[in-house]
Amino acid sequence: MTWVNVIVQGVLLGGLYALYATGLSLVFGVMRMVNLAHGDLSILAAFICLLVVGVVDVNPLLALVVVVPLVFLVGYLLQRFLLNFTLKGDDMRPLLATFGLSVIIQNGLLQGFSADSRGLDAGRIENASLALGDKVAFGWFPLLILVVSVLVIVLLNAFLTRTQLGRAFRATSDDQGAARLMGIDNKHIYALAMGIALAIVALAGVLMGIRTTFTPGIGPARLVYAFEAVIMGGLGSSWGTLVGGIMLGVAQTVGFQLSPGWGIFVGHLVFVTVLAIRPSGLFAKTVS
Amino acid sequence: MSLLELEDISTRYGDFQALFSVSLSVNAGESFGVIGANGAGKSTLLQTIAGLLESPTGTVRFDGEAVEHLPAHKRVTRGISLVPEGRRVFPSLTVHENLQVGAYGKRKGPWDLDAVYGVFPLLVKLRNKQASFLSGGEQQALAIGRALMSNPRLLLIDEVSLGLAPVVIRHLYEAMADVVSSGMTVILVEQDIAQIMEVADRVCCLLEGRKVIEGERGAISREQITEAYFGTRTG
Repeated sequence: MTWVNVIVQGVLLGGLYALYATGLSLVFGVMRMVNLAHGDLSILAAFICLLVVGVVDVNPLLALVVVVPLVFLVGYLLQRFLLNFTLKGDDMRPLLATFGLSVIIQNGLLQGFSADSRGLDAGRIENASLALGDKVAFGWFPLLILVVSVLVIVLLNAFLTRTQLGRAFRATSDDQGAARLMGIDNKHIYALAMGIALAIVALAGVLMGIRTTFTPGIGPARLVYAFEAVIMGGLGSSWGTLVGGIMLGVAQTVGFQLSPGWGIFVGHLVFVTVLAIRPSGLFAKTVS
Repeated sequence: MSLLELEDISTRYGDFQALFSVSLSVNAGESFGVIGANGAGKSTLLQTIAGLLESPTGTVRFDGEAVEHLPAHKRVTRGISLVPEGRRVFPSLTVHENLQVGAYGKRKGPWDLDAVYGVFPLLVKLRNKQASFLSGGEQQALAIGRALMSNPRLLLIDEVSLGLAPVVIRHLYEAMADVVSSGMTVILVEQDIAQIMEVADRVCCLLEGRKVIEGERGAISREQITEAYFGTRTG
């Protein structure tokens, strides 16, 4: 039964990873750009939430109403007035720009908030759990995270397939030159995509901040987990991203169960194995 | 009255100059043919009109207004639509979705999904098929249909016949005759002289980035065109 519990916890943790990965995958999908500051922006969102909660004293879950739109706006402006300019020319430019951004965010947060561990207090839901027998217990909050991430993927898919703007996203992803000939302003689409991606990652950052503690320096690790989930799931497949996230979550908790030092390592091991067997990921949907 | 007026267009790609001071004017309701060999600058000309490329000199006037500084997506909402070389349908979208994206600019007019399916009945069966699985001819029909969805006043078509079988080309030109007869202003680019002489009211020929000959369909002889096309002097 211990192992059943380990798997359950892993699946729930995977929900969080899938949320991180969804934003990364959207940005890569629409503009073929890798945002190296992705993890740091989620930590930034957690700190913004900490500020909001400090000022108005509300539950951090309620503070999402402010934090998510705010980070959406940050994403839109960031893409429109900085990152769009890096998309002309070689692939190295956006990498360098977002790497620089990552350094700036980490050090800015360190300056403003020190290196202390912080946490967001959401009250009783954080520790409430549902016990199934002696050894298996669902935490309500981790379950909520998984539900949220499934919901985000469902909504994002509906947006991309059923709305005119969503189709414009996919058309731009296929061929931005041809998309412009349809009257689509690709710079606006890119900015919207970054806004949506960062709104999702802000959600992930705040939920993570409630679930565990965070410091200014943990962003890059989130980025790596998000990468692993996206690559394992296969580029272009949102459900694949969920499966990738869950695989990574399960691998890590199984690793932790084997030995406390092995969790992250087993996660990377599974990632490398998937990459070796299926380099395009499990559910790759890209059209060549 | 002229719908499109180009003056002194000299578009370049980096260090390579593709057009040399090209001027031309196209009347409303006219179908205008641009012919020339590979690399003569035909596609560059269309892309400059559509706004994908910009000329450092000269003006592009559409319906009396200067549009040379407008980006491509804004020219679409003014009513300029380009069917690009190589078709460039959106491969991961279905046929139906490709057409829907064509209407993104929300220009009003006679062209909607029903009208396009009416002109290209072959697309009806394929509507839920992913565009990457279409044959070349089907993709070309889709690319033209998609451009029509934006309800253009000026339709630019770049090498319809490229890589297609003669029978398919004939079908496409029949469909395009419908479009032309609906009163749409069309600029057609072709390498195939015979094809274009059937549809175009007026033609011009480009040679190495310069306009070498221009005139009514009936007013230019085949010899003159051949001479302009290859840059040779016969006789």
